[in-house]
This record gives sequence, structure tokens and C-alpha cells, in this order.
Amino acid sequence: MKKFDKDRLILGLAGPVLALVVAIALTSVVLLASGRDPFEPYKLMVESAQYADIQVLILNQAGTYYLAALAVAVGFRMNLFNIGVDGQYRLAAMMAALVGAAVELPGPLHIALIVLVAMLTGAFWAGIAGVLKTLRGVSEVVSTIMLNAIATSLIAWLILTDNFGVQLEGSNDLTTGEIAESGWFPSVTLGDGGEIYGFTFVAFALGIVYWFVLNRTRFGFDLRATGASESAAAASGVDAKKMILTAMLISGGVAGLAGMPTLLGDTHTYSLSFPTGIGFTGITIALLGRNNPVGIFFSALLIAFLDKASSALDQYGYEKEIATIMQGLIVIAVVVSYELVRRYGLRRQQQKVGEELAAAARKNREEVAA
Amino acid sequence: MRRVTRLATVAIASTALALSATACGKTSDSGSGSKEASAAIAYDIGGRGDQSFNDAAYAGLVKAEKELDIKGNDQEPSEGESDADKVQRLTELARSGNNPVIGVGFAYAPAIKKVAPKFPKTTFGIIDDTSVTGKNIANMVFNEEQGSYLAGVAAAKATKTNKVGFIGGVEVPLIKKFEAGYAQGVKDTNPKVQVLKQYLTQPPNFDGFAKPDLGKAAAQGQLDKGADVIYHAAGLAGSGSIEAAALDGKWAIGVDSDQYNQEGLAKYKAKILTSVTKDVSDAVFNLIKSVKDGKPQSGEVRYGLDKDGVGLSDSNPEYKKMTDLIAAVDKAKAEIISGKIKVQTAP
Repeated sequence: MKKFDKDRLILGLAGPVLALVVAIALTSVVLLASGRDPFEPYKLMVESAQYADIQVLILNQAGTYYLAALAVAVGFRMNLFNIGVDGQYRLAAMMAALVGAAVELPGPLHIALIVLVAMLTGAFWAGIAGVLKTLRGVSEVVSTIMLNAIATSLIAWLILTDNFGVQLEGSNDLTTGEIAESGWFPSVTLGDGGEIYGFTFVAFALGIVYWFVLNRTRFGFDLRATGASESAAAASGVDAKKMILTAMLISGGVAGLAGMPTLLGDTHTYSLSFPTGIGFTGITIALLGRNNPVGIFFSALLIAFLDKASSALDQYGYEKEIATIMQGLIVIAVVVSYELVRRYGLRRQQQKVGEELAAAARKNREEVAA
Repeated sequence: MRRVTRLATVAIASTALALSATACGKTSDSGSGSKEASAAIAYDIGGRGDQSFNDAAYAGLVKAEKELDIKGNDQEPSEGESDADKVQRLTELARSGNNPVIGVGFAYAPAIKKVAPKFPKTTFGIIDDTSVTGKNIANMVFNEEQGSYLAGVAAAKATKTNKVGFIGGVEVPLIKKFEAGYAQGVKDTNPKVQVLKQYLTQPPNFDGFAKPDLGKAAAQGQLDKGADVIYHAAGLAGSGSIEAAALDGKWAIGVDSDQYNQEGLAKYKAKILTSVTKDVSDAVFNLIKSVKDGKPQSGEVRYGLDKDGVGLSDSNPEYKKMTDLIAAVDKAKAEIISGKIKVQTAP
């Protein structure tokens, strides 16, 4: 059994902690510069997070973020930057809502169908970028950004009443029609606090699957190996192109799930006011969580906390955009602090090895002398 | 060993969070609830400072604060939020004793549907939607197409090139109402006039209501094609259209509030022919007043040309000089009110 590596754990934690401290400090500077109390907003946010209904909001949001971040993380482990999670989950949610509203099946089947459609749509949309990359060498960064814009236009077209959209009498919103109750995912109701979407638990369970597949299967090993060095992996018999396409498909499939907590637990339809931008937040969270399922869990909670707890700031005369500033600072701080910690770790390792070598040399000399 | 510990951490952390949520059971704002009468509005995308829709609602709230001696609260949405966030916002506002609670914009419909039954004694207002109904829900809607029809009449009379432009912010049904009325007004007045139409963005990208550079570029394109009157229904983005038209010496038609009098646009006001007004501020004020008077509005409250809920402004002195145009507009207005002209709501 592997020895518990304290050094590695401390170094792993140092990055995010350093980033957070820097981000909080800088936010306080911003507050000071605009002549505000530099600490009260944090206090207000922590206070607001003590209420049950805010906690439920945070947890539900964290579930959604968790899925988006997992999708990004799968790509990162393979050295792929899937910026298209945003387009993938929106298109997937829309198609899933369409299919879900069109059919009526016994409960579990209905939900399974909706989820399957979402995963397939997400995988298909990401797959386009995967195919372009493997066959034509198109950078997935560029193609997924472009696919985001195309997804937006495609959804806008599909949701027109001339195509598949439904405009309720007297409403100015466009929807895809309501999914029958058999397709609603059961929620955990907490009385006054609201309900935790059942799919939130599915999201967190998926983190375990992610960990298992990446760290305990041959496929996961191939994926990480290809991400670390494509040529080395190819030399040891891994088909790198196949791995790129597969990773893209998986990333897209997981991305497709990101809209599910909201769709299955709350709105039961895709409308013009369906949440947007989750894919981009997912990138932040995956970065902050270092692509590690536990790390992502806590970063998702943190970002969701900043999102939801900050809405209370408005009432006390603070702009809730303070939280947005903080999120932005976290992203910058994360990149910088990880690099700093990496360099420090490297230096420490070199020193250690150097010392060991020197010790060995000394020992040798002593032996020779004796 | 380490792996197991990590898994355990996840499990413990998630259950702990779920449990703490159940256990403490306290909900936000359950304590407060001042005796002072207060009203609240929750904004649509863009929030306060959009020079348009949300600002108009805020103006209504401010007017109520001054004239009715109540306390006004307002809350902004965050970008890309979900219905759950809106539910939370409205619940919090209702629970802390605000009455009425007004959702500015149709996006609040699903949230009001959920929250209103829980607070039967609070009146909920929603602007631009009649799909959710209830005893304590007031649906404030406007006949935007009627005001836009008059803008079409004015544009058709003012154009010399026989080409006029329409710029819509985001391609949603609400903005299509503006387009439909405008196009019909132009066509009924002078069939030879061609209407150039352009939408800035598609939902869910709502930049078309927020980014003036988009409005400017679109207006420039229409001016290049020969349009000499440009009507925008694009919120803040439309100020770019007004700028482009004015710099080119062509007419612009504003929207929502009387943009001739807007400070941010003072530089270009000489070329703002008129504005299609949508009296959101009055609608907000009226609802607050009705609650204060003890006779809260309920059901559909429609603001059309007849109640001056929509209309055409005449602040520009140049506009007042165009007697021929004014006569045509007044005639159309009378015919719409009498029902002789039926204005379409979709193009």
C-alpha cells in the first residue's frame, strides 16, 4: 500500500488556499478603494448562508456546477480545453426538454430517456469538435467557442413557434412545452427551505464514477497518459486520436447533464429564461478544484456560495457584484498560485534529492577512507 | 488508504450539508417584517441603469416613495440565473413585508406562479405577462404594437428615401410586437416605403438589449442601405442606433421612455424625431397606489393608446412643426382607439 504522502497533500492544498487568501485580500482592497467597509460583506454573506433556503439554493447550484466542472475536467485530464460546455449543455437541455415533452412513459423510463437524449446531444455537439481535431487538426479551443455561438443560434431557431416552440397564451416567453409529471425527478423536500433536486445527488455520485474511471481503469490510465504526453502514449500502443475523440465525447456527454438538475427538478421545460453561462463557471471550478473530484466538489460549493449568498448584499447597500469581482480574482489567483506552488514543490524536491545524493556521497567517502 | 479517506470526506461533507439544511430549518428574513408600508420591485436582465425598461419601473417606485410615503425596495438579478433564484428573491421580498411585490419582465412568470399562492395577503405584480393568474396577481401589459404603429405612420411620413429601418434588441415575441405594429403602420400610410428589419441578438444572448455598439453597427448598415428614419426597440443597445442615425443627420425614433429628454442622449436629441413611450413607471405607481388604498389591482391591467399607457412623444420642436405628420398620427390614433384599425401583434 502506498505511503501516505503528507508533502503532496500539503502542496495540493496550498494552491487553492493561497489563491483564496489572495482573492479575499484583493477584494478587500477593491472595497477599501471604493470607500466601503472591507470586511462587512463577507460577514453578511456568511450570515445569509446560515438560512435553510439559501443553503438549498447553494447546494442545488453546486450540483449543476459540479456536472459542468466534471465535463471540463475530463477534457483537462486529456489536455483538451473544452470551452464548449456552455453550448453543449444548453443544446442538450433543449433537445431533452423537447423529447421529454413529446412522449409519456412510465416514470423511470421517461427520466432515463430524457437523460439519455441530453447526454447524446451533448456528446454529439462536442464530438463535432473532436472529429475536427482528429481529422483536420483544428484546435478544440477555437472550434468549441464557435460551436457555442452556433448552438445559441440553433436553439433560437428551434424554439420559434414555427418550429418546436410553444408560446403560452398571454406569455411573452417561448418554451418547449411542459414535460409530463412522469418525467420529473423526485426532490428532497425540506419544508420551508425548499427542495433539493434529486439530480443533485446523481451529480455528486458521478464524481465517484469519474474518480474510479480515471484512476482505476485501463481506459483512465490511457487517457491520463495521452494527456501527459501524446507521443509517449502512442509509443506505448495507445491510439491517441481515438482517445481525443473519446475524451471529447465523454466530456460532451457529461456536459449534457449539467442542465438536468434544473430541467428535471424545477422548470420541466426549456424556456428563454433557462440559466446560461454555467459552462464557463464550470471552467473556473475545474481549475480551482484541480480536476480532482473532491476538489471540484468544494470549489463548486464555494462558487455557488458566492453566487447565492451575495444576493443578500443588495439589501445592505453593497453591490452584489462584489462576489463577481471575487470570482474573477479567484481565477487569476488560482493560475498564479498554482504555478508558484509548483515551482516551490519542484525546488523542494530538487533540494531533497540533492541532499540525499550528497549524503550518499559523504557515506561513500567515509567508507573509502575507512 | 488515502483514496478511501478522500471518498469518506466527500460522503461526510455532502450529508453534513444536507443535514444542516434540514436541521436548522430557519429561513431567510423570517425575523424581520417592519410595520412601515413598503413596496418592492425585482428587476429584469440589465437591472437599474439600463436607461429603459428597468429604469422606468424604478421611476415608478421612486414616485410612489415620494407621493405615497412608502418605503421602496429593489433587487437586481444576476446574469444567467435560474427560476429558483427568482423564487428565492420574490419570497424574500414578500416575507419581509413588502406589498406589492413586482416582477419586472415576463421572466418572472414561473416564479410568481410558485410564490403568489404562499402569500395570499400580498399582491404580486408582473409586467408583460398574462399567463400566470391569481386573485393576488396583477398582470400589467401594454399594447406596444399600437404605439409602434404610430411610429410607423410617423416614419412613413418623415422619410424622403422611402426606406425606413427597424432595429430589435433580441428576437423575442415581445419585440416582434414592436416590429409588427411598426411595419403595419408604415405600410398602411405609404405602401411604397420599404422597412429594413434587423435583430441584434438571439436569445438566450441578451446583449441586444445591453450593448450600444451592436445597435450602432446595425443602424450604420441600414443607413448605408439608404434608410433615413430608424426606429429601435433595443433598450440600452438602441442608444447606439440613435447615435449612428443622428451623426448621419437622419431621424431616429426612441422607445420606452421619451428619449428626447434623456440626459445620456442630449447630444443627439435634435435628431430624435419622437419616442414610442411605454408607461411602465405609471403602471408600477398605479399598482402600489391601489394596494395602499386598500383596493389592490388584480387580473389583467392593460395599458393601450386609450389610457395613454403607450403613445408617441412630441418633445422635439422639429416634430411639432410637421403638421402633416401630426395630423396623420392623430388620425391613426383615433382609429386605433375606435377599433377601426386592428394592429397585428406578430409579424
